[in-house]
Amino acid sequence: MAADPARPPGSPRAQMPHLRKMERVVVSMQDPDQGVKMRSQRLLVTVIPHAVTGRDVVQWLAQKFCVSEEEALHLGAVLVLHGYIYPLRDPRSLVLRPDETPYRFQECYDRLHKKISHVWDLVLMQAREQLRAAKQRRKGDRLVIAFQEQTYWLVNRPPPGAPSVLEQGPERGSRTASHVHMTKSADFYTREIEYCRRALGRTRVKSSVCLEAYLSFCDQHGPHDPLVSGCLPSNPWISDDDAYWVMNAPTVAAPTKLRVERWGFSFKELLEDPMGRAHFMDFLGKEFSGENLSFWEACEELRYGAQAQVPTLVDAVYQQFLAPGAARWVNIDSRTMERTLEGLRQPHRYVLDAAQLHIYMLMKKDSYPRFLKSDIYRGLLAEAGILLETKRRVFPFTRRPRRSSPSPALLPTPVEPTAASGPAGGDGVA
Amino acid sequence: MCRNLHQVAERVEALGQFVMKTRRTLKGHGNKVLCMDWCKDKRRIVSSSQDGKVIVWDSFTTNKEHAVTMPCTWVMACAYAPSGCAIACGGLDNKCSVYPLTFDKNENMAAKKKSVAMHTNYLSACSFTNSDMQILTASGDGTCALWDVESGQLLQSFHGHGADVLCLDLAPSETGNTFVSGGCDKKAMVWDMRSGQCVQAFETHESDINSVRYYPSGDAFASGSDDATCRLYDLRADREVAIYSKESIIFGASSVDFSLSGRLLFAGYNDYTINVWDVLKGSRVSILFGHENRVSTLRVSPDGTAFCSGSWDHTLRVWA
Repeated sequence: MAADPARPPGSPRAQMPHLRKMERVVVSMQDPDQGVKMRSQRLLVTVIPHAVTGRDVVQWLAQKFCVSEEEALHLGAVLVLHGYIYPLRDPRSLVLRPDETPYRFQECYDRLHKKISHVWDLVLMQAREQLRAAKQRRKGDRLVIAFQEQTYWLVNRPPPGAPSVLEQGPERGSRTASHVHMTKSADFYTREIEYCRRALGRTRVKSSVCLEAYLSFCDQHGPHDPLVSGCLPSNPWISDDDAYWVMNAPTVAAPTKLRVERWGFSFKELLEDPMGRAHFMDFLGKEFSGENLSFWEACEELRYGAQAQVPTLVDAVYQQFLAPGAARWVNIDSRTMERTLEGLRQPHRYVLDAAQLHIYMLMKKDSYPRFLKSDIYRGLLAEAGILLETKRRVFPFTRRPRRSSPSPALLPTPVEPTAASGPAGGDGVA
Repeated sequence: MCRNLHQVAERVEALGQFVMKTRRTLKGHGNKVLCMDWCKDKRRIVSSSQDGKVIVWDSFTTNKEHAVTMPCTWVMACAYAPSGCAIACGGLDNKCSVYPLTFDKNENMAAKKKSVAMHTNYLSACSFTNSDMQILTASGDGTCALWDVESGQLLQSFHGHGADVLCLDLAPSETGNTFVSGGCDKKAMVWDMRSGQCVQAFETHESDINSVRYYPSGDAFASGSDDATCRLYDLRADREVAIYSKESIIFGASSVDFSLSGRLLFAGYNDYTINVWDVLKGSRVSILFGHENRVSTLRVSPDGTAFCSGSWDHTLRVWA
């Protein structure tokens, strides 16, 4: 392979995986029995032996990898781009033409020696020819050598402005990172032991259960996946019409049926949709347990809030939800409450995690199933209409003007109910 | 004998013919596009490139809305804040900086820049958590870190990778507090954000892991690597359950993402193509041509109506 002079030969990153693989493909292409048909190609008045045509290369690749001609052409083009096959015409552009244009394989003696013994005869033949050419300087051979060299330089020193196929981006595996790896201190081994101990104790779920889960998840969500099942009235990117986005805006008067259905998939999906969450809050209000969701939201705000706000937020949550006689007291089991109050002495952003999880599970196992059976939810599901696909436009030439939408950065930030201010009336307690 | 996903999925109906085309081409970067991210409004994106330019586009109309030039080259990471009011980016400057987005013509975006993260090597990936106030970063110095945006304080650091960390993704779980990272040590590691400890690690790839992305249910994640394969790792079974590879695919996968239902896996490769995989059956559903240099970044839009790819050919394309 055309070696890159910039890289030291012994460098561990010199042989990238994709280069090794390309070499394997090219070597099998040169197999005398299974490889691409070799023949002598006529180049103007000279005859070049052991050449192949672009068309044969494409067909061989298509057959070998069972791919379309388009993909085989692409793969062949990549091999030419990297100099593994070089053209015997127009050597300035490394392009693969799927016609009678002749090509030859670049030579790589040492690697072929090591790996493939059945190509040895071919290599010997080429070597003898090179030796003869050096002695006799036949025109055909001189042309071949000239084209070979030109291709080598095109790959390794591309003209200014042309992209280099050998460029790899910023260097990886630098000294700093290996320094991280090299310092196997006591700390490193302590972590390793701890990790292994936890790994041994971890419960693993049976593969059969896990694998079935993918099938049911994809099955359930398939109709909601625009790229798999399409979307009504149309995919905005394809039709240039943003109606789909307008209909599914975060706050819209009438949510679509698909959207309301998704709230029934899991508690997480319900909470993720601001509209779903709002309807759930209404439902909880009717059951006088709205403080649970408010508490959960306040905990989220603490977990993901600014570091400087942590003490204030913790205090506000305590005053409103956890303190004895608090305005919106949440019902947590005594053990969790004890641990939480203990932790509040040294508040940090995760201090309410246990309490938050308890309330979350309560809502998920108790309130959520009842919400799905409630009149509120059933009503929304029934109201949500099913849409018809927009009729085809009569005049296909008219381009719809693509409506712009205001950037979120322009909109005034919505005022969220915080733990400190507390919304009124959610659970009926003043 | 452990079965893999493709065996179990044999009874699933095969997907029909897929026709996906480039629906938008975003031209404006003067050099290789290295990273991009979607805004929650499902149409805006931020992209960064080798020459230090970071651009915010409304990709539906293809209008550029903001542009800022970083004082460094190779801006390999960029992210959109959940509120849509700020962006984060970084690269060879070893930092992650946050820029509030302003439409005020008198204000210079670069003037309001906040320097948040400091690593000892290049920044390879960054992501906001559930709010604008925390950022998670991955770096060539072999570590990941969680930062408080307002103060720039380091909240937690994650040590364990034996080489450069190249990518990360936050778990979409309901009690969420984990994320996965992939690196040059061929390992994908799952971390607990609270304790900084590595919870699970997977090492089956044969080369650098360039991209990791969670399956929508949060129970698994996919990875793309220089070994030309993409793999699916199940967190509950604690092992690899699927490989997506083909003999004719020789070049590394630089970037992967799932469609909304997790049925499709889109992967961008260094041979300029994008391959679309049937996640369940393991077959390659479609190959997309169009980019004229390697595909460096790929993300599906938040509502799954399209995906965007960025390339070293200086352009971004939105496909649907």
